[in-house]
Amino acid sequence: METLALLADGFATSLSPINLMIVILGVTAGLFIGAMPGLGSVNGVAIVLPLTFIVPPSSAIILLCAIYYGAMYGGAISSILLGIPGASTAVATTFDGRPMAQQGKAGLALIAAAVASFVGGTISVVLFTLFAVPLADLALAFGPAEEFALVLMAFTTFVGLGGDDKLKTIIMICLGLVLSTVGLDLISGQPRLIFGDLPGFYSGVSFLVLAIGVYGIGEILYTIESSRTAPQVTPAKISLRDLGDGIRTMNRMWRTMSLGSFLGFFVGMLPAAGATPAALMAYGIARSTSKDPKSFGKGNIEGVAAPETANNAASTGSLLPMLTLGIPGSPTTALLLGGMVMWGLMPGPMLFIEQPDFVWGLISSLYTANFAAVAINIALIPLFVWALRMPFTVLCAIVMVLCIVGGFAPSQKMHDVWLIAGFGVAGYLLRKADYPLAPLVLALVLGPLMEKSFRQTLISEQGNVLAFIERPLSGTFIAIAALFFVLPLVKYLRKGGRRSVAPAE
Amino acid sequence: MLIADRVIAIAIMALSAYFMWHAIALPIGWNGMTGGPGGGAFPFWLSLIMLLSAGGVLIRSLMQAPSSQHFFDSQMLRSVILVVVALFVTIALIPVLGAYIAIPLFIFWYIKIYGRHGWVLTAALTIGTPVFLFFFFEVTLKILLPKGVTEPLFFPLYAMFF
Repeated sequence: METLALLADGFATSLSPINLMIVILGVTAGLFIGAMPGLGSVNGVAIVLPLTFIVPPSSAIILLCAIYYGAMYGGAISSILLGIPGASTAVATTFDGRPMAQQGKAGLALIAAAVASFVGGTISVVLFTLFAVPLADLALAFGPAEEFALVLMAFTTFVGLGGDDKLKTIIMICLGLVLSTVGLDLISGQPRLIFGDLPGFYSGVSFLVLAIGVYGIGEILYTIESSRTAPQVTPAKISLRDLGDGIRTMNRMWRTMSLGSFLGFFVGMLPAAGATPAALMAYGIARSTSKDPKSFGKGNIEGVAAPETANNAASTGSLLPMLTLGIPGSPTTALLLGGMVMWGLMPGPMLFIEQPDFVWGLISSLYTANFAAVAINIALIPLFVWALRMPFTVLCAIVMVLCIVGGFAPSQKMHDVWLIAGFGVAGYLLRKADYPLAPLVLALVLGPLMEKSFRQTLISEQGNVLAFIERPLSGTFIAIAALFFVLPLVKYLRKGGRRSVAPAE
Repeated sequence: MLIADRVIAIAIMALSAYFMWHAIALPIGWNGMTGGPGGGAFPFWLSLIMLLSAGGVLIRSLMQAPSSQHFFDSQMLRSVILVVVALFVTIALIPVLGAYIAIPLFIFWYIKIYGRHGWVLTAALTIGTPVFLFFFFEVTLKILLPKGVTEPLFFPLYAMFF
């Protein structure tokens, strides 16, 4: 009941005209970003973050969350109309969305995607509301030892559960952590890793610089290389009759959609998993539990609904640990976390106590963002069809300029712009060589917290390393972390020493 | 593909060693007085893990049979290199000629020369982008972009908006 009262207060904030406008603006921008092939929520948030200085911090976070949401809806648009996922999160939507479009049912597929996203988003926001307070209360008991153990556990999920090459994952985690130590030592205040006394490194490497480089410049370079021919846009017209049909068809799929929502929410909470595997898993479950599994991949509307509910639910799920524990559940929420820290709104349990207006305003804005997204998505379908015809070179040029200027704006140093270009090229090459980028960004964002909590614990315990295991909560986290770390090793040994990773191409 | 994999692994190993070399400027061992590691310990030991893991990647790729797959799409590699060069040239020009010359030049190159689009689109973007940037960053956010030698040209505009 207390939660309901807080949520009602939150709506008072999020339904104010300015915040409502911000949500509508963010969702619309997100839909366009998501609809562009190659650009997803993480790219959108990275590129737009420097531009959000224009509004006050609490509104900026609402704007970025709305973009995150919009991009999750928008990803389906290019999956269906172009057959190219608008973002990796919408890969599973192409399996049945594309065949539907080729059969002339693009309009129906788009409506199904929008409605499914709405259902997934709404169910998961309700779950979010229910879990937020208990989780934040639990986190209040966390000291530095628990914080360190939790961050360690977040990283080991990448090794234990992530689908990427284990060695390369470890490299990327370490690289992110080492980059996070550049600048002044947290405890002694001495400069370290300043590379020949370059003054630009004294303030450290900002998460924003890495994110704009990797997800802005790097993504564009990757897309330039992989887009040899211009894709064909399938025409899509929708009428009110289609809308009625769509909603009636969707009404028969509650089982698939609620399953996708729950699955997405819980998978989304894990840093290593997130929206893409959640969508693929939901698709797989929908197919294997269907009465007619053979129709999947040939334009079954359930094959659009299942992944779309799951990826939207996952995006909400990944916000939960970010807001309550300060541990992001996805690269996009890692950027949101970095942004919040930059604006002085440190996520974690204390935020619920110190800034309840902001927290509940944000949570309630997720509800309004969902309503706005489904309405704008369906209303603007003709506009998206037109926008997808925009030449790719125009998009690239605009994104590149936004990366340069957006990278300069926060610190006003050319040093950061050079770093962005460097990270862009490096990120592009690493991605081509199958190095996962999500752990790199997460490690850079969480690095300072990890080092600080580790060293604080040791100082307060007079150098007793066992302190991490002796405390019950932190001991549990460490045990889980160890399990995740050992898991791939066990798999490897059980296979009789054969390589557990697929050989590189 | 394998060659590229090896080159990248070696590059990461070199980078890790470089990080380690810088990290030893601060104590990397256990500090008995305060308890806990010194300031250089975190970057040093993590770089060491990175070095060893990259070594593992290198050894693994050396044990594999070479494959004929290419790392780059040879047709598109030229485009990527062109764009990267243009990007670096633009960034280098910003402090000299100013953002309001360098960025329109980049857009003109990208849209007209690289993208081969029509004059109307090129002109609209080449003129529209700097105007948008000026009003968004300088007028609204009061963030001044570098102007280089073009700085005096902006004095009348400053007088108008500030």
